[in-house]
Amino acid sequence: MEASSLTQQFFQQLINGISLGSIYALIALGYTMVYGIIRLINFAHGDIYMLGAYAGYFATTFFKMSFFPALIFSMVVASAVGVLIERLAYRPLRGAPKIAILITAIGVSLLLEYGGMILVTPQPRTFPELFTTTTYNFMGLIVNSQQVVILVISLALMFILTYVVNHTKVGKAMRAVSFDTDAARLMGINVDRIISFTFAIGSSLAAAAGILVGIYYNSIDPLMGIMPGLKAFVAAVLGGIGVIPGAMVGGVLLGVIEALVSGFLSSTFRDAAAFIILIVILLFRPAGLFGKNIREKV
Amino acid sequence: MALLKINKLTKEFGGLKAVANFNIEINEGELIGLIGPNGAGKTTAFNLMTGVYEPTSGEMLFDDKSLVGLKPYEVTQRGIARTFQNIRLFSDLSVLDNVKIAYHFHVKYGLLESVLRVGRYYSEEDMIEQKAMECLKMFKLDDRRDEIAKNLPYGEQRRLEIARALAAQPKLLLLDEPAAGMNPQETHELMEMIRWIRDELKLTILLIEHDMSLVMGVCERIYVLDYGSIIAEGTPAEIRNNPCVIEAYLGEEVC
Amino acid sequence: MRSKMKRDLMGIVGAVALYVLLMGLIESEVIGAFWQLNIVLICINIILAVSLNLITGFTGQFSIGHAGFMAVGAYMSAVFTVKLGLPYIVGILAGAAGAAILGFAIGLPTLRLKGDYLAIATLGLGEIIRITILNIPYVGGASGLMGIPRYTTFTWAFLLMVITVLFIKNFINSSHGRACISIRENEIAAEAMGVDTTKYKVIAFTIGAAFAGVAGGLFSHYFYIAHPASFTFMKSFDILTMVVLGGMGSITGSITTAILLTYLSAELASYPEWRMVIYALLLIVLMIYRPQGLFGNKELSLKMFSRILGGGQRGAAQNK
Repeated sequence: MEASSLTQQFFQQLINGISLGSIYALIALGYTMVYGIIRLINFAHGDIYMLGAYAGYFATTFFKMSFFPALIFSMVVASAVGVLIERLAYRPLRGAPKIAILITAIGVSLLLEYGGMILVTPQPRTFPELFTTTTYNFMGLIVNSQQVVILVISLALMFILTYVVNHTKVGKAMRAVSFDTDAARLMGINVDRIISFTFAIGSSLAAAAGILVGIYYNSIDPLMGIMPGLKAFVAAVLGGIGVIPGAMVGGVLLGVIEALVSGFLSSTFRDAAAFIILIVILLFRPAGLFGKNIREKV
Repeated sequence: MALLKINKLTKEFGGLKAVANFNIEINEGELIGLIGPNGAGKTTAFNLMTGVYEPTSGEMLFDDKSLVGLKPYEVTQRGIARTFQNIRLFSDLSVLDNVKIAYHFHVKYGLLESVLRVGRYYSEEDMIEQKAMECLKMFKLDDRRDEIAKNLPYGEQRRLEIARALAAQPKLLLLDEPAAGMNPQETHELMEMIRWIRDELKLTILLIEHDMSLVMGVCERIYVLDYGSIIAEGTPAEIRNNPCVIEAYLGEEVC
Repeated sequence: MRSKMKRDLMGIVGAVALYVLLMGLIESEVIGAFWQLNIVLICINIILAVSLNLITGFTGQFSIGHAGFMAVGAYMSAVFTVKLGLPYIVGILAGAAGAAILGFAIGLPTLRLKGDYLAIATLGLGEIIRITILNIPYVGGASGLMGIPRYTTFTWAFLLMVITVLFIKNFINSSHGRACISIRENEIAAEAMGVDTTKYKVIAFTIGAAFAGVAGGLFSHYFYIAHPASFTFMKSFDILTMVVLGGMGSITGSITTAILLTYLSAELASYPEWRMVIYALLLIVLMIYRPQGLFGNKELSLKMFSRILGGGQRGAAQNK
């Protein structure tokens, strides 16, 4: 019957969307945390996700690691790179005009992408099979084990992040710095160290997303971070840039919307969906779902 | 004749009443002061008058025409010019360019004439240059004309901001803490300048200030604002001895 | 005669002289096909850089979707010449008009956004334009619009480049241009000085978009094809790079970097990845050590030369 197959399609796309959305959420968290703390849109963040995927690839292919060690490895590598980038490219520009920092971030992104192309060649690489793929059929809906893994890992990481941010001293320091950097400094918080830490965490989450995508879609290439990076950014804005739960909700929401558009409208317009959402949000509610509007003092 | 009449002006930000029951009346040619403790809502009042904020309720009449709902540039074009608490100069532009902007809305040539450099372009540009130089000369800044605004010493920056506001040829001048950061000598010169502006240029002036010597020395009438409402009004002598005013500043239960 | 008029005339004479020189070199085949192409590309890039500079450098509105306007110009002009059979100049004007209308329509709602948010919005809009074009079969969809005759000659490119530079330079040096600059410097103060900031932001955006459309028309009628892949975010970023490296608010800067970077691209054409890596490093280093770019917000002027040669004129007209 027409109606039931339509609802079935809907729920199927919902499932796909939640998987996709979890990936966006993981990447979006990095954007939102960095923006919250230093008001920088880290254009290079999508490429950290790519880096994570490659680190995972090398871990599993050359060092023959299994899933969890590879995950940890890639998260650590990405954190290190993220911290390095912040130190070398962003910290010197702390007081500079906004556009200079924006340009630098884009420059770092290009460096990672094209430097990557030179180092590992533009050839896509395939991930080795890390788990046996089982497909579950649940009331006519198809879920495969990789989607389950993505969901479980994402939830676990987001849970850990929330715990760190809300219940540890470091988390409190992060919140303080994002609220009022100068006051935090006066309270004895080592602002530079906290900023580095924020970059480290954000990068590690993006890396996790990268390795999960590498396992799920099997193929990785140096330019894989561009679109997901942009879309995850839209997700962060959707949820309210600078607000951590917002990034999680925004990511999943965007993933679901994209899956529904792709399933019910047309797959060529799926990319446009994210940008249209972006424009709508910016025009009607720039603070996003959970954000607050900040006025300039006259 | 009342130039500016404000009645029951209220501005709420969420649940907070920044300005409530704000009533003032200013006649042509008067030199009025607006004082009050920090956070009383003085700059908010200025922002309401100049269209930066939209009032929650109340009315504002300038020259018998309502100001409510006007955009800042429209308010300026009606004849009210202002300076800012934290100086807002065009920092990377020259002193002369800073003043030239103020003549923009009087300019009579359009886009096409400016691009093709025909018609009134040259004559208008000459006139703007001439008027801007006259303005600078009045404020003794003419020898600094090519200096970049951010490189000027603080006192001259404040002077430039006032000069720029006057170049817009207003009927009412709003000065927001013009003496902030000035030493007594500079404050004294400022007082002379404010009096001169009112007398020579026949302007009406409303100023916000914390420096009591300036306010008491220069203003004819003073309004006192506390927690967003006018709590007193009168001559400097009356205000000085008003117990409610004293309480607002020093905080003892009298009123 | 007025000094401004004198300077304008000298500039035009200089441009004509340069044209004659280059034309001579091209006709006599001293400049081969590869460099002919690059000279046309330089003219196109100058138009792009100067038009973006009007929006971002002079008026202070971050716009990283300029390629979208170029795309509209490229496609519209091609539709007019190829599909409607109208003359080249009509096509170019149509492209400019189309881009201008889009710039106006986009500018009006988005220009109340500031800084980062505006940048992202323009990025998104540029992408939406590109993806939309990708989905229009009438203009070739994903394969692009092919078979565009090469109407763009060096003469056309040079002429339109000179017109663009003159237009924007004269605009900037008028009261309207000053209004735009004041918005960049301090928007709130500009409003307080009676400048209708929304109107001028939209004007700058529209004019910038129109000229990007012209550049697009030149582009598609030189390379025989209009393809969505030529107008991605990367292209927008290329143009932004030229503006930032040259100095935001310096027309001379935009012209200089347009020439230098087109030349660099040409030299590195066989190593596209290395070109990008060098680009990226150049950008990062420059932003750290000299964020104001080559010329900052100054123009190269004869006044500068005379000052260097020990002639300094104090109190002369300050016009650039």
